[in-house]
Amino acid sequence: MPRKGEGATEQLEADQVLSVRGLSIVYATRRGPVQAVRDVSFDLRRGETLAIIGESGSGKTTMAVSLVRLSPRTARITKGHILYRKGDETIDVASLGDSDLREFRWSECAMVFQAALNSFNPVISIWEQFLDTGRAHGMMRTDDVRTRSGELLSLVNLDPGRVLGAYPHELSGGMKQRVLIALSLLLKPPIIILDEPTTALDILTQRAIIDLLRRLREQLGFSMIFISHDLSLAAELADRVITMYAGTVVERANVKDLFYRPRHPYSMGLLRAVPRVTGALGSVASIAGSPPDLIHLPEGCTYNPRCPFVIDECKLREPDLLAVDMPQHDARCIRWKHVAEMIGTDEAAVAEKMAAKA
Amino acid sequence: MTVVVSGDVTVQGEPLIELVGVTREFKTPGGAIKAVERVSLALGQSEAMCLVGESGCGKTTTGRLLAGLIRPTSGQLLFEGKDVWKAKGDELARFRRSVQLVHQDPYASLNPIRTVYQTLSAPLFRHHKARGRRAAVGVASELLQRVGLTPPADFLVKYPHQLSGGQRQRVSIARALSVDPRVIVADEAVSMVDVSIRISLLNLLLALRDEFRVTIVLITHDLAVARYFARRGRIGVMYLGRVVELGRSELVVGDPAHPYSAALVAAIPEADPTLTRSKERVELRSAEVPSLLRLPTGCAFHPRCPLFEEGLCDVKVPALLQIGEAREVACHVAVRERVPAAELLAAH
Repeated sequence: MPRKGEGATEQLEADQVLSVRGLSIVYATRRGPVQAVRDVSFDLRRGETLAIIGESGSGKTTMAVSLVRLSPRTARITKGHILYRKGDETIDVASLGDSDLREFRWSECAMVFQAALNSFNPVISIWEQFLDTGRAHGMMRTDDVRTRSGELLSLVNLDPGRVLGAYPHELSGGMKQRVLIALSLLLKPPIIILDEPTTALDILTQRAIIDLLRRLREQLGFSMIFISHDLSLAAELADRVITMYAGTVVERANVKDLFYRPRHPYSMGLLRAVPRVTGALGSVASIAGSPPDLIHLPEGCTYNPRCPFVIDECKLREPDLLAVDMPQHDARCIRWKHVAEMIGTDEAAVAEKMAAKA
Repeated sequence: MTVVVSGDVTVQGEPLIELVGVTREFKTPGGAIKAVERVSLALGQSEAMCLVGESGCGKTTTGRLLAGLIRPTSGQLLFEGKDVWKAKGDELARFRRSVQLVHQDPYASLNPIRTVYQTLSAPLFRHHKARGRRAAVGVASELLQRVGLTPPADFLVKYPHQLSGGQRQRVSIARALSVDPRVIVADEAVSMVDVSIRISLLNLLLALRDEFRVTIVLITHDLAVARYFARRGRIGVMYLGRVVELGRSELVVGDPAHPYSAALVAAIPEADPTLTRSKERVELRSAEVPSLLRLPTGCAFHPRCPLFEEGLCDVKVPALLQIGEAREVACHVAVRERVPAAELLAAH
């Protein structure tokens, strides 16, 4: 296996902590190769929170899991690099050997998995989970783990005295999610990846977890990537948002641009598909059709069979990510100007329009 | 009985289906719990209503009680004014046909080794709605058309694994419709379906209500879904086994009267960065949800409630009482002050 550093074709800038370049992942299945992730590129900057939104089958979880190389055996990275900056060195995670990979996971990049319920070993106590994780990653002194886990549990508003001795089944869903977040912070990683961190939690618990993540990020300054189908979570926490569809990035933008000035018809469709609780109900509508089969992708733009803006040219070839009329914003759509026209660029005007329609 | 007039939906005269002071106990290893306590709900013909609440609030149990799947420990389930649990024979069979359930998980609620045709034709034969294969294919095709799965011939031969989540849920709805129900109880029917197609399923249910005058009770944890679905109807908010607020949807969500409803509305994240980051919070006195095994005395919400008054809220269980024109609330303070919780919380 190549040593760390090898395969890193470029050096990252000082404030870039992670950069994914042209990543493609294929699953081998009996029906044929599934192109789960296709040519995905994005940067994560220091202290930044990046939301990756998309529906089931959009490739967001496959992509996130591959960042820490925990993909199942049937998945193979066919192209691309996952560059990580450690000190002054740039490492390609895609080419790390086993022991370096083990060090990278958790100490550099921790992952909090979806379904908090199943992330624990059910037959050992929370304290043993902390101890196991600490040991596996080089914290050899039990006292260190004890002190650190106590601090972390207090930080996530849990009582260490009560929680450390408990077994997973004795904790509520919200408490488990807090414990997992605390556990992910054990080795002070600069990057945390969360997969659907609030899914399946009650509203008041969701709110508590969102507020907690916001506070921890301010206190500890880590960078965060979270994967969610829930747009409102992105609206709450993200600085930047990436929309994925059929395995690829269709839009990248700052959070307000994505929500108020989306330029890809799919992002626009997603936003219109979510009803609101406060303010005008507005015009809400589902997107017609369903996501494509990842084995037999449609010709041209993968969204063209569902897209209201479609023209013949869309069926010829898949467009690149094109720079749009806002800084740091691109969309994989040749019709983005028409989307822009329909939406308008002024935030207030959009809100007004929505209110008037309701 | 309260008559609620809301928008274009008018519930009047005799309700179609009604829970009257229903309590349902379950035995657990830790002791008996009351999953639902003294719940009264009356639904008129072609009403669209939502029950919302967090896990453990009793909304699913209430749905199962309405569908007659579980027997109340006390209280009654009335259908067209008659006690369902005293009915027998034909009358009971008629109730069973009249009330259908659509389940949450479209991956689990359809038999994986049956084609769509087999799934839809079974109830048709069972309830003598069709005789012979040709007639059944005709009716099943019509059902598929109604739920937007066209052309039906393409779908009749398919197995569940060949369908998307949204398509499966449409098949579940078609199956429920096959016996011409009067009431559909849909328990979290859109929760497991992709965001981009949820609204179309809700619209389908609303269209069926308009077309067939079916009464639909949607059970959901998602307030935004509830608001959309019941925008011309009512929302009931449940907490620890009781209905704490019940009324016209826009009132309950737009200007909640119960401090718990107010806390939910304030807490819910929304798909609008400016709005969601500037929402006013309702600070609760405790984050902990009490166990159903050890329910607090008086109002079950009192240990968490910012409007808590000692000697009142911890002593007496508040009744669901009318406040304003089109809603009821179970809160001593809100009912006494006769103003919605948002105002009380601001003044607090």
